[in-house]
Amino acid sequence: MIRYLLVLKLVFLTIVPTAWSLDWENALKQLGDKKFAQVESAVKALGRSDDLRAKPLLETMLENKLYQMKHSKVLVHAEGKRNDFKTYDVFTGKELASGVKKRELKRIRVNNRIRSTLKSALARIALDDPNPENRKEAAENLREGDPKEVTPLLKQALLDEKSEDVRKSIRFGLATLQLKHPDPEIRRESLRLLSGSLEPEVKNLLIKALEKNNDGTWIESETDIREQIAKELENIEFWEVVYSGIKTLFFGLSLGSVLLLAAIGLSVTFGVMGVINMAHGEMLMLGAYTTFVIQQLFPQFIEYSLLISIPAAFLVAGIVGILLERTVIRLLYGRPLETLLATFGVSLVLQQTVRSIFGPLNQNVITPSWMQGTLEINPLLSLTYNRLTIIIFVPLVLVTLLVLLKKSHFGLEMRAVTQNRGMAGAMGIRSDRIDALTFGLGSGIAGIGGVALSQLTNVGPNLGQSYIIDSFMVVVFGGVGNLWGTFFGAMSLGLANKLLEPFAGAVAAKILVLVLIILFLQKRPRGMFALKGRFVEN
Amino acid sequence: MIWKKHSSFAKRLLLTGLAGLVVGLANAADTIKVGALHSLSGTMAISETTLKDTVLMLVEEQNKKGGLLGKQLEAVVVDPASDWPLFAEKARELVDIEKVDVVFGCWTSVSRKSVLPVFEELNGLLFYPVQYEGEESSKNVFYTGAAPNQQAIPAVNYLMDELGVERWVLAGTDYVYPRTTNKILEQYLKDSGVAASDIMINYTPFGHSDWQTIVSDIRTFGSEGKKTAVVSTINGDANVPFYKELGNQGISAEDIPVVAFSVGEEELSGIDTEPLVGHLAAWNYFMSADEDVNYGFIEKWHAFIGNEERVTNDPMEAHYIGFNMWVEAVEKAGTTDVDAVREAMYGLTYPNLTGGTAVMNTNHHLTKPVLIGEIQADGQFETVWQTPGGVIGDAWSDFLPDSKPIVADWTAPISCGNYNISTGKCSGQNY
Repeated sequence: MIRYLLVLKLVFLTIVPTAWSLDWENALKQLGDKKFAQVESAVKALGRSDDLRAKPLLETMLENKLYQMKHSKVLVHAEGKRNDFKTYDVFTGKELASGVKKRELKRIRVNNRIRSTLKSALARIALDDPNPENRKEAAENLREGDPKEVTPLLKQALLDEKSEDVRKSIRFGLATLQLKHPDPEIRRESLRLLSGSLEPEVKNLLIKALEKNNDGTWIESETDIREQIAKELENIEFWEVVYSGIKTLFFGLSLGSVLLLAAIGLSVTFGVMGVINMAHGEMLMLGAYTTFVIQQLFPQFIEYSLLISIPAAFLVAGIVGILLERTVIRLLYGRPLETLLATFGVSLVLQQTVRSIFGPLNQNVITPSWMQGTLEINPLLSLTYNRLTIIIFVPLVLVTLLVLLKKSHFGLEMRAVTQNRGMAGAMGIRSDRIDALTFGLGSGIAGIGGVALSQLTNVGPNLGQSYIIDSFMVVVFGGVGNLWGTFFGAMSLGLANKLLEPFAGAVAAKILVLVLIILFLQKRPRGMFALKGRFVEN
Repeated sequence: MIWKKHSSFAKRLLLTGLAGLVVGLANAADTIKVGALHSLSGTMAISETTLKDTVLMLVEEQNKKGGLLGKQLEAVVVDPASDWPLFAEKARELVDIEKVDVVFGCWTSVSRKSVLPVFEELNGLLFYPVQYEGEESSKNVFYTGAAPNQQAIPAVNYLMDELGVERWVLAGTDYVYPRTTNKILEQYLKDSGVAASDIMINYTPFGHSDWQTIVSDIRTFGSEGKKTAVVSTINGDANVPFYKELGNQGISAEDIPVVAFSVGEEELSGIDTEPLVGHLAAWNYFMSADEDVNYGFIEKWHAFIGNEERVTNDPMEAHYIGFNMWVEAVEKAGTTDVDAVREAMYGLTYPNLTGGTAVMNTNHHLTKPVLIGEIQADGQFETVWQTPGGVIGDAWSDFLPDSKPIVADWTAPISCGNYNISTGKCSGQNY
């Protein structure tokens, strides 16, 4: 029908073009108006105009690339920076001019309200789109529009629509709009269509339908519909509880994974070697900055930048770690207090070095598109891809490290040196070389942790500071010298934090977790997984 | 050997000190000293380094114009290193030892509270350029940033009137500025008829990075059919992970807009702003202001800093206004004497970068316009709303019962920063 209308209008247009094109011209002029209300009505008029030119115009406007030349008042599509804008014809995309200054252009301003008006205007146009995916999305977008206007549109679309998939989402949209229809049969039918949906929108509609009018009568007059609605609501509430539980679990695991990533390098340097390394946080920071540098060096490989950054960060942080061990820590073995002070000093030096090279500002590390957005399982449960990736990534790092320690020759030598340095030396192991390599390994893994952290938090000179305390907490809580201890320590701290947060708030949850750790360490001073055997006492 | 090393080091230190003193004495006669008290290292370096550079630029520019009172200006830069007690020590160093005539400095409220007694004791002059929680008016401080009524209240009005927001999340970092601002806002919202159940208040520690639970709570809170908005007083570094999480959980500005009081162009330059388009901020200045004077300022800034990518922001404009007003006041008074300059400041006007005129009031706060902007994909703000004229900065909020009857006026007959009009008494404290 819309399509016929369009044809009709085009025919009509050829007969009396002036009146209509005047509307179009007026609407275009109104787009540049200072008052947003004027702009909004212009957008609505353009959306309703059924003119084929409206689509590119509104799309450009939604992308915020629609400008008006200050002198000629011509609308153009412009892209560029400060004093070097290129302008294109809005409708044909033909290049008009380059090197245009910002001062010569006036952006057609868009605010949130206009953005949603634009979206529904475009959705209206997209209902005629040849691609069924777009039509489906359009039907979903239209649900949020004005019911009086949208209902006839959707009804018409349902008549024209062939694809069953799209019909389904149009029908669903109609059902949400017709829950207040005067005919009880249509209401029953709508309710049946909405049954089982977990959309928060549906829940709100159902709650409203169960309310009473001011005079005490029910909004919904039919008893059987009311009962049905109550049942639906019960069902929704049940699933809400279930999914919020799953969500908390996911949040806990993901916080645990982040803690584990931060701590896993420390579990080697502090846990296995016993070095109190206050510069551990700076190894994380170096890893994050390596990611940034890799992205700057290879801007064309942003999608793979993280994969390149993992070995690069391992090398950078590992080499800095080996240097640190050879120049500072080697001289201080067996003197934990001096090591603590010296490494703290090193951490400040590293921070200021980074600040001098890159500046004090945070750096923008780009998240590759495959890590953006959410995996929407249902309207109540959606998991963010970046957290999912980290939850998968962490066990990989852990398993690699475990295999290296337990199965490789280097791992064997490393364990031998940490368990009994003198005996290992007597067996012909060059213990100082092993020390340097072990420290390098721990630092390198911290670097890998930094790559992952660069996706979650600020990449700035202070990145390390915010994780150093958490890292020590995890290692001590889990049990010094035990990788599995670190794993379980991180996960239980993550879960405890997230389980407490909804009740206690973020600040109190953190304090509570610290108090719990203190109590736990009173009971078991060696952490969850205490090492047993002769070498424990050293 | 070791002793020798030390003694030579000490000697060198002494020598440099002496040389510095000699140079200082020689300079004292023919320069006017301008102190810059901004952290160049530590957590606050991210925000404050830019302000130090702004002061240097303004000094350089004034010198090119021929200086002040026939003398050259000389900038004295110290680094309080984001360490609050150190701020007080450095302030004392500037005023007492370096004998600077004016200081431009501080960012956090706690650093300002730390230097306040020093400036009052030594009768120095401080220009404070950052938006803050109010409830203060010191004789020795000019507040060129926004008071709550110049930022928070207009932003809430905008959300209420223009976007029809009915449910409110007040999210902030756990320290004095967000706590006070949220107390004011909560009272204001309740006075405007918002039910307590429609207000959710949430505090997080400094540098909070795991926002999953809170963002998910906000999403649930906002899914109950009423238009919801977040008013954010989240400070500094914690903003990046917060906005990242918002983007990742798919909360767009059309669903739940976030209006922030601590996020400006500088903070946005560290994030990919594509998912944040449409979220809001309230300031007295945006870099995108389409005014010739603003384009000129940006060009000068880029030339000074040597980097076309650097942005300008609201506290920079505050320093710009503050510095130029101080210059005019010194010229008017004909001296850099603090009391004379202070008297000369009252009622001074200076064109601000967004096209209006800033006025210095007798409560030491500026009259400035309030702008609401939406974040754009290029990291800039688009002004979507603006107060018709300037708003007078109110030192003592009218929405807190305790400070309602209190006014600040540093001219006769009141001459007090904390004067209770109902009892007619000036509180003993100076601020």
